[in-house]
Amino acid sequence: MKVYIRSAGNISPQHSLDKELFLGHRIAQGGSRMTALEPDYTHFVDAKMIRRMSRIVKMGVAAAMECLRAGGIQMPEAIITGTAYGCLEDTGIFLRRMIDNKEELLSPTAFIQSTHNTVGAQIALLLKCHGYNNTIVHRGFSFENALMDARLLLQEGADNILTGAVDEITADSHAILSRFGIYKKEMHGPGIPEDQKKGTVAGEGASFFLLTHQAQGALAEIRHLETIYKPKHFGDVENRIQQLLLESSLTIDDVDLVITGHNGDPAHDEIDIYLSDTIFRNKTTFPFKQLSGEYPTASGFALWLTSGLIGGQKAPEWFPAIPLPLKHILICNHDLNAHHALYLISAC
Amino acid sequence: MNAPVFIAGLGVVSAIGHNAQDCLGALSMEKAGMGELELLRSLQQGKLPVAEIKLSNQQLASMTGLSPGTPRTALLSALAAGEAIKDAGMENVQNSRTGFISANTVGGMDKTEEFFESFMKDPASGKLHDVVHHECGAITEIVADHFGIHHFISTVSTACSSSANAVFTGARMIRHGLLDIAVVGGADALTRFTLNGFNTLMILDKKYCKPFDEHRNGLNLGEGAGYLVLVSEKIMKQLNKSAYCTLAGYSNANDAYHQTASSPEGTGSYLAMKQALASAGLKPGDIDYINLHGTGTSNNDIAEGTAIKLLFDPVYPKMSSTKSFTGHTLGASGGIEAVFSALAIRDGIIYPNLRFETPMKEFSFTPVVRFLKDRRVRHVLSNSFGFGGNCSSLIFSAC
Repeated sequence: MKVYIRSAGNISPQHSLDKELFLGHRIAQGGSRMTALEPDYTHFVDAKMIRRMSRIVKMGVAAAMECLRAGGIQMPEAIITGTAYGCLEDTGIFLRRMIDNKEELLSPTAFIQSTHNTVGAQIALLLKCHGYNNTIVHRGFSFENALMDARLLLQEGADNILTGAVDEITADSHAILSRFGIYKKEMHGPGIPEDQKKGTVAGEGASFFLLTHQAQGALAEIRHLETIYKPKHFGDVENRIQQLLLESSLTIDDVDLVITGHNGDPAHDEIDIYLSDTIFRNKTTFPFKQLSGEYPTASGFALWLTSGLIGGQKAPEWFPAIPLPLKHILICNHDLNAHHALYLISAC
Repeated sequence: MNAPVFIAGLGVVSAIGHNAQDCLGALSMEKAGMGELELLRSLQQGKLPVAEIKLSNQQLASMTGLSPGTPRTALLSALAAGEAIKDAGMENVQNSRTGFISANTVGGMDKTEEFFESFMKDPASGKLHDVVHHECGAITEIVADHFGIHHFISTVSTACSSSANAVFTGARMIRHGLLDIAVVGGADALTRFTLNGFNTLMILDKKYCKPFDEHRNGLNLGEGAGYLVLVSEKIMKQLNKSAYCTLAGYSNANDAYHQTASSPEGTGSYLAMKQALASAGLKPGDIDYINLHGTGTSNNDIAEGTAIKLLFDPVYPKMSSTKSFTGHTLGASGGIEAVFSALAIRDGIIYPNLRFETPMKEFSFTPVVRFLKDRRVRHVLSNSFGFGGNCSSLIFSAC
């Protein structure tokens, strides 16, 4: 059974809610952290509701509403959300108050909003959607496993499955993850790959997609999606790419563009370098994390970018030269070389 | 797509027992697991009863072979999942197309709490080892890596319905031919974060909880883990044992009413139960026992009861909340109660709803109050409902 992307909505460190702005201007943010550009949320949700929502919930809800608007669908049949870290801001607020106040005189608001399913639940609440609702919280596979769940639902007969990925950076999470040496001390210039200093750049964002059986009017087809957990050898990833192309009766020559998860940290980029020397030799590649930053559900951004390229058949002005019309794009992402995801996205 | 999915093994740890046999013993003796908080360092000690497992992390580590510095949720998860895998007679889960789909609600929060005490004083202090497993998914990976399961791993977190969703995700993947074996369930340890969180909501009973009683006063928190080994028919035939039962039906619906409260009509609960019956091809009259979500809060029990009335009136199956034994184990509850449901079918038993005295004035039905044996238990409905309106129901059927 085929899985198509009817529409997409995205919030990221780029102008992803405004197609013309996005195509014309790429945003480079200095420092070791790329912050999502937040829209005027009153365009998506009632102002009274917004005041009660945390930042990650607002980003998730706005991306979901934009996706539904673009797809012309008022009520999805299911809502599936992937998030690795969940609602960090409210978790941090409740945790800090609990310690500061010595477990006394606490208010429930932050606790209520700290549960990992808050984004999916708030979307259901706004839409009054009683359908299937699930939240997957598996690190670098959170979004991929959400997509797999959506694919099963489509095969079981449902349609218009709203599926997304959302994660936020908070001051605490950035401070803690920085101590692990994950991020660069400072960024020079816009492109991640040109900078060979240790560490990557933190990112955040929300992406939602309407998945459907119907090819008509769809942006793109998710032809293949595969995850690899902690591969023993780089060659394992290469073999799986060959295998999925074979299963789709394609060769690497049919792939017009490769979107890679290359994040600029020499400690994690060896796999990307290996693939660019082997199967992706002579291929045009684009490391998407220079636009989104690195986070475990960043592949949501990659899928948004890819479905936009294939659906619009137009590359941004700042993009590398690619052949039009685009037929097949491969997304080859990994999160710290533990969670690898391969997507083959094709024109409808 | 409707191929049978068999339960080949199970494992559980809760305040009433460290394995399935001990839990069954406590259930038949009508012995609850609540008591004083002893192991978790919290200022709520002595104020709120909890269903705590009286095994230290050191003891859990030596029972599982994991390091004592591992988050408690992962230790509990490894203990129960290990029992389930052994019970199924599968020593080589890593050689098959095996999935590990596990649920939890706060990951390694027990360690994060310790880290934050130092981190808040000085952002450069706090042991990084204590936050490395903060994510829910990290808990699942510790356990998956421990058992060598790598073909498919995933973590579900839909509050108190988390592990019910993990259980039926595994069943669906087997039916779709994506897995042969799925180790499914969930775990959650008591943490100060959740204990204080639920306390702020003013839904914790200062005495032992009384689910479905007119004078119920809230829930008691508990901790634990429960796992099932689900297998396809082909794998079941290769095993030298009989299955406990099948996972015959399941459904997930959303109440879409409020972030933490259930709708008065129990819309989400009703839809979950009704759709689960439809997916199993059963009628309400076929159900012999309902393992209730039955937290003991005013709101849950009226919503769940209203939905049951709408679906089952006037003939009600036997029903009870085993949370009156184990407390509410949050992300573990659907897994633990799935284990109890499978055992009810295998042994022909029905568990009592402890401390029930006064029927709710809204309903004509009452829960079972004594342990019943030698019963015909063919079909069991297990409910798990959570924050965010997430409602899931599972149906287990005799083979």
